[in-house]
Parts: sequence; structure tokens; C-alpha cells
Amino acid sequence: MSELFTQSAIIAVVAGGIRLAVPLLIASLGETYGQRSGVLNLGVDGIMLLGAFGGYYAVLKTGSPWIGLMVGVAVGIIMGLVSALMAVTLKAVQGISGIGVFLFGLGMSDLLFQKWVGTPRPITKFPKLDVPGLSDIPWLGEMLFQHSVVIYVAFAAIPFSMWVINKTTFGMNIRAVGENPEAADSLGVSVPRIRWATVTIGGTLAGVAGAILAIDLGIFQQNITNAQGFIAIALVYFGAWRPLGIMLGSLLYGLINALVLQMKVLEIIPPDWSDIAAMTPAVITILALVVVASRFQPPSALTKPFTRGA
Amino acid sequence: MSLEDVRRRRILAYSVPILAVVGALIIGTIMLIALGADPMKGISRLFSGAFGSGNALTETALKATPLLFVGVGITIAFRANVINIGGEGQIVAGGLLSTIVALNAPDMGPFVMIPLVLLAGLLGGAIWGAIPGALKAYFGVNEILSTIMLNVVAVQLMNYLLRGPLIDPLEIERGTRIPQTQRLVESADLPRLFGSGRFHIGPLIAVLAAVVAYIVLWRTPLGYRIRAVGQNKDAARYAGIPVKRTIVLALTMSGALCGLAGAVLVFGSESHRMVTDGSTAGFTGNAGFNGIVAALFGGLHPLWTVPASFLFGGLLVGGLSLQRAVQVPSALILALNGLVVIFVVSSERFRKRLLEQPPEVIEDGDGSKSVEVTEDSGPPGRDGPPEDHIPGDDS
Repeated sequence: MSELFTQSAIIAVVAGGIRLAVPLLIASLGETYGQRSGVLNLGVDGIMLLGAFGGYYAVLKTGSPWIGLMVGVAVGIIMGLVSALMAVTLKAVQGISGIGVFLFGLGMSDLLFQKWVGTPRPITKFPKLDVPGLSDIPWLGEMLFQHSVVIYVAFAAIPFSMWVINKTTFGMNIRAVGENPEAADSLGVSVPRIRWATVTIGGTLAGVAGAILAIDLGIFQQNITNAQGFIAIALVYFGAWRPLGIMLGSLLYGLINALVLQMKVLEIIPPDWSDIAAMTPAVITILALVVVASRFQPPSALTKPFTRGA
Repeated sequence: MSLEDVRRRRILAYSVPILAVVGALIIGTIMLIALGADPMKGISRLFSGAFGSGNALTETALKATPLLFVGVGITIAFRANVINIGGEGQIVAGGLLSTIVALNAPDMGPFVMIPLVLLAGLLGGAIWGAIPGALKAYFGVNEILSTIMLNVVAVQLMNYLLRGPLIDPLEIERGTRIPQTQRLVESADLPRLFGSGRFHIGPLIAVLAAVVAYIVLWRTPLGYRIRAVGQNKDAARYAGIPVKRTIVLALTMSGALCGLAGAVLVFGSESHRMVTDGSTAGFTGNAGFNGIVAALFGGLHPLWTVPASFLFGGLLVGGLSLQRAVQVPSALILALNGLVVIFVVSSERFRKRLLEQPPEVIEDGDGSKSVEVTEDSGPPGRDGPPEDHIPGDDS
């Protein structure tokens, strides 16, 4: 057990945890916009898978992780628009339509991967950026300030999202549409337009999350997300629809998974026990769902399609 | 609206799921062309691989079996307006508990062992369904999220058990450590029918389960309560129906059927072991999700889910022939299944509008008109397929 408390092991766990948290964080943040406006998009995992393959394939062909990221954005926008069409305009049942998107993404990403790539080949990852000055701090520097560029941006998106949701007119409209669409509508806020926007933002960030996941790992494989898109949706509840809570939830996942990984590497726990350890974040999430359900109210209009005058 | 008009609109409404499949197949054809494959050859191999021979039909029936269990289970939950997307986890839980029972119970011959392991599967799935049911009913936890998270827990539990306590002792001796159990007790093997083929009693059990579910839903007070809760929770409560208990029961039954699928997957398998490749799909073949497709295509009616499962089981089997014939991975079928779901739920509003009719009042067992529930689904052949809504989540 003592090997775990060496400097290098602790640093590896914290730095690894932050890395692993990022795809979850981005996907959850995106999903938050949709849910705050009253739309539950269950297709996140499918969009992440498509974004992951698109990003991976683009990097494989061009060698540039930035082009990969852009492809992730593009895939996310397209799938976000499709999700918005289904949920907002066609008023499809939100709990099920997302399963369709998930199956489509799961099948499609696997199909294209097998057809166009076949055997997995590693790709160029994002460049690392050591924050000048800060990265030299002992312990903290290695944990927090020697990451790839996208990770800093992802964490910067948290205060940015808090500002957008809480302080801007757009954010106020999102909340109004999510809490009381009839009132928002009567005040001249277009409910469909706001929801189209939020669901597209959510889809875009899901695509980005997938691309970052694949490019950060430097590889693609079938079902690479391993249900992370679904976990991201649960984390929105976990975080009680607030960006800070979502960050805590994502970090919890990332850190526990990194810890399990590190314990496996150091052979502290037998390999089969690592599955039990990996179960803990899911169990904690379920418990957190119970607490959140008793303390916080979801946006009142969540999962309810809006029809004027209905 | 004239009667003729009503009938025409009904026929149009019923054909929506079929149009969804046709639409998906058209997109599939376009994708085959885009990938440089011969679409005619691909599609014809898809169908001949699924339905073209006795062997193909056997494989299709076996593939359809877990879809049917899950589809029927999900239908029961949906009827109570509960969305169960935890089929994957419930299948795993059923497979695990039936495996544990088979490993530990003394061999009491097939007449005891087969019902025993099936019951264990049922129980495993029921437990995995009851948890989100209770969380929803008593703690207000959204069942979509809890079932998702329980899928995650189930796969890790499976990996732990199959790599640890349940692993084949031979795997440890040889040091190969493949995460699988030993060959399970022979008297629990599902009996094969039709001589030497692979066809076993699993598909028959699944069809039986669909019939039972139909009877329960439309011919018993419990089924009435489930549908009443699904149609209007407040009215049901007002009529004295125990809403919370009904929700827990619906999800428990839903999970139990998925659990049966798990037991059938283990004891009807070629290897007669439970094996994991580390993912849920490795054990379930995504049946927990594909079963939703079958249930939607079957109009959320247990009996219509039977042919629906057979169709989608066939497509999954035929996908492998398609892959061999035109070198397009069978993952194509999964993508098309996704499109079917997307098309069906997206066109639901139009379908409902086509069927708009004044609600009828059905009578309670004692003749009192307590709750207004539209009696929309009789047996197929009598009234045609069901025409009601897909429930949304209003928690």
C-alpha cells in the first residue's frame, strides 16, 4: 500500500484523473444547456462515438489533432441539429429517441472504423502546454499545469458556462424556457429557437468530447466511450444542473478511475478487485441521484415538449 | 369523419413502423452504394441469411429470443409510463444469478435444474429492475438515469465475478485466466428440439412469456392498474390504485423478463458457460437496446413484439451474411436499428394525430367507471395493432 503514497504515484493519479475527467466534463456541460432549457438528450453517447471516430480518422489522415477537433465539432453540430429536430420540432419522446441516436452512433462509428481503418493505428495527440512558472511548482505543477492545451480550455468552459447560464440574456431565456415555457412564450421568447440552440450546443460539445477522448488516447476502438455519454447525462443530475457540481462529479469519476488504474499498475489490488473498485463511482452516482432528487428540483419543463396553447 | 375515412387513417397509422424500417433500409442501401458495395447483392444476402434456410431460421429465432424477452419486459414498463433502458444490466444480472445457482446447487436432474436456473435468472433481473423501481417510486429518482447507472454497475460486477470467484478453476491452473466459468452442469442445458440443430426451447419460452405478459396486461387487475398508472398517474391515485407499488412492480416484472433472457443466453449457449469480454455487449449482444427497437416496432404490444423480434433478430443474423458477401461490417445493422427508432419516435406525433378519437371509457371489474383509460389494445387480429402513445417521462 505504501507505494501508493509516493510522490510519483500521487501525481500520476491526480494528473491522470484530471485527464480522464475532461471528456465527461465537456459532454456534461453540453447536456446541461439542453436540460436547463427542458430537453433531455439521451443520445450523447452516440454523438460522442461519432465525434470520436470522426476526430480519430481526421487525425489519422492529416496528422493534425486540431483538424481532428474541428471534425469533432462538425459531427457534433450535425448530430445536435438532428437531435434538436427530433426533440423540439417533431416532439419525439426524449427518453427513447436518444437510444436511436446511440444505436446509430455505436453502429456507424464501428462500421466506418472497420471499413476505412481496420487495424487501429496510433495518432498524433494534442501538444502539451507547460504553463510558464506554474508548472515548476513542486507537486502541484506536475498535477495541474503540465497538461495538453485542450484540458485547460475545458476547465475554462466551467466559469464561462456559469456566466452564460446565470448572467446573460441568453442564459436567462434558457432558464425561463426550462422552468416555465408558457410564461417565456407569452413574453416573446421563442421556446423552439432557444431549445434548438441549447440542444445544438449540447450535441456540439458531445462531438468535441468524443474527439478529445479519442485523440487524447491516441487510438480508436469499437464502443470507445464505454457508456461515458450516458454517465455524462447522469452527472448533470449529480451536479444538480450546475456547472460546478458537474465539475465535481466529473473529477470524482476521473480521479477514482485513475486511482484504480494506478493501483492496478502497482499491483496493489488483485486484477479482479479492480472491477469492484471501478464500480464505486457508479454506485456513488446512484446515491447522489437519491440525494439530489430530495434536495433539488429538475427544471420543471424537463422532457416536456412545448406546444403553444396546449 | 366517415367510417371509411377512419379506417384509411388507421391503416396509414399502422404502417408507420413499417415505413420506418423501409426508410432505414433505403438509407442502408445508399450507405452500401457509398461504401462501394453491390447493394442488391447485399440486401438479398441480408434476407437470405436471415430467413432463407432452416439453419438461417434457427439462428434468427435464437437471436430473436433475448430481443423478445427484453421487448416484452420493456413494453410492460412503458405501459406504466416508466422508461426502462436498463435491459443490458438486467440481462447480465439474470445471467449471473442463474450461473451462480447452477454452480452451487446439487445436480437434481433436468426437470428441476432447468426451471431452477430460469427462475434464478428471473429473480436476478427482477432485483436489478426493482432497485430503479423503488428509487423512482419512493425517492423520485429518474429511472432513465438509475437504469443507466445500474448497467454500468452490472458490467463491472460481471467482470469481477467472472475474473474472480466464479472463474473456471482450470483457467487458474493453466494460468490463462480467461474470464469464464467452467462448463455448467449438463442437466441445466436447455433441451434442443428438432434433432441435431441448435434450436432449443429458449424461443418457445420467450413466446410463452409474451403471451403471459399480454394476458397479465389486458386480462388481470394488475395489468389494468399498470396501464391506468401509465395513462394518468393522478387519476389512478384518485381511483385508489397504489401508484408507487405499481411502478415498482412494473419495473420488477420488466427486469425479470430481461433476467430470463440472461439465463437463456447462458444455458442455451454453445459453450454452456458464462463468458465476458469485459463489456456488456459481449454477453448481451446489445439485446437490452435492440429489444427496445423490437418493442417500438411491435407498437409496445407483447404479441406484436413476437414478429417484431423475429424480424430484427433476422436482420442481425443476416447482417453477418451481408458482411461476408459484400465486405460491409455487420455494424451497419446496428446503425439501421438506430434509424428505425429515430424514425418511429419522430413520426409518433403524426401517427397520434391520425388516430385522434374521442376517448372511450372502460369499465372496471365490478362495473364501476372509475378511471378513464382508453382501451386501445385488444389482441391482434381482433382489433388490429395497438394505437396508443409511447409514454414520456413525466417524473
